[in-house]
Amino acid sequence: MVHQYELNGYHIVLDTCSGAVHSVDEVAYDIIALFPDYSREEIIAAMLEKYSGRSDVTREELEQCLDDVQALKDAGKLYTPDTFQPLAFDFKARSTVVKALCLHVAHTCNLNCSYCFASQGKFHGDRALMSLEVGKQAIDFLVAHSGERTNLEVDFFGGEPLMNWQVVKDIVSYARSLEAEHHKHFRFTLTTNGVLVDDEVIDFANREMHNVVMSLDGRREVHDRFRKDYAGHGSYDVIVPKFQKFARARGDRDYYIRGTFTHYNTDFTNDILHMADLGFTQLSMEPVVCAPDDPCALTEEDMPVLFAQYELLAREMLRREKEGRGFTFYHYMVDLTHGPCIYKRISGCGSGTEYMAVTPWGDLYPCHQFVNDPAYLLGNVWDGVTNTAVRDDFKLCNAYARPECQDCWAKLYCSGGCPANAYHASGSIRGIYEQGCRLFRKRMECAIMMQVARSEER
Amino acid sequence: MNRIKTIETRDLNQSAC
Repeated sequence: MVHQYELNGYHIVLDTCSGAVHSVDEVAYDIIALFPDYSREEIIAAMLEKYSGRSDVTREELEQCLDDVQALKDAGKLYTPDTFQPLAFDFKARSTVVKALCLHVAHTCNLNCSYCFASQGKFHGDRALMSLEVGKQAIDFLVAHSGERTNLEVDFFGGEPLMNWQVVKDIVSYARSLEAEHHKHFRFTLTTNGVLVDDEVIDFANREMHNVVMSLDGRREVHDRFRKDYAGHGSYDVIVPKFQKFARARGDRDYYIRGTFTHYNTDFTNDILHMADLGFTQLSMEPVVCAPDDPCALTEEDMPVLFAQYELLAREMLRREKEGRGFTFYHYMVDLTHGPCIYKRISGCGSGTEYMAVTPWGDLYPCHQFVNDPAYLLGNVWDGVTNTAVRDDFKLCNAYARPECQDCWAKLYCSGGCPANAYHASGSIRGIYEQGCRLFRKRMECAIMMQVARSEER
Repeated sequence: MNRIKTIETRDLNQSAC
């Protein structure tokens, strides 16, 4: 399958099943579109007619271009057939190991964000803090079910994890004590709203946390629209100085400033640039996912605006890179020369099989977005996964699980998309979240265009 | 003239959110 698009002055051809990317001129762009369905003579005639005023479009030139296209096809870099589908259905039979846990150390929060998918951190249940006993059992569960895998990942999540900070530190200490004996290496991530960040948190995180995710929505008025405390005060002025200090102290360690944009700030590129202007260099901004009748939900009318914003962001990032003040945007971090193998690209995030969320009382769910939905309770950290039917259902969530994805050029980049978003949009984890698909495809087009632009600069 | 430039990529056949 070949996907062709024009963006930022580039004519780009993506060969989906080999991953090859070609930057071409408009003549080659047209020839590649016609090549599968027309003879050489038909293509040459059509091109000579279309480009009749151009001295560089001659029969000889067109013959050469057609030879080049054929050579790319023969080399497996154009019109590559899709032979990956059989791999997708091997997954159900494959025994999987658990590689990552999301520990909900606090089902409570010191902010009262009205758009919170987790109902202000309570996940539609009671307020709760994870005990050290449950945390240690979760680590034991992960070690016991991780097979030969060395690197294990644990996210401290909530609610607000810093509201249970001592338990976080004790869980880290416990996990570290197991590493040598079990030949494991833990990589921890902390997600925080920033309110309780202080020097002690920063020092500990810089010693122990592989990544830190800090929640900031962008400009003050945008951030404070939703991210208020229980007295109704916006949190921007409280958290931004703390995050700036935190990010500086991270040095070359990973962190993300992560925001959410809604119907109220469809000009979200301004929020990303605001983050960059505050001195942050590792940025992420996600579209809100909520009920369609929610006032902050993105609408069909918003879509062309959002597409234009993603393009604007890509152009601005390239401009700032040239000026020596570049920054990274999570969705534009596409590594074309390395990146995951085909198995990873087909199988996606691993939620429900390789990755699970643990509630404060030790229950297991496929990921944080399913927590407290009784239909998706997998088991618990003492007994392990007892609801194998749900786990097996998630094993079949892959790039080939949905008929709607068969002709989508982006399926090996999105791996079939997020099961939770599909579930909330369609009622099925193997449904389609169409709005999310369209935004994803636009982001991928922008990300690949940026790689082409960088390649042209070299 | 060369109308096609192929970007270096990994041949498939061979965090914040």
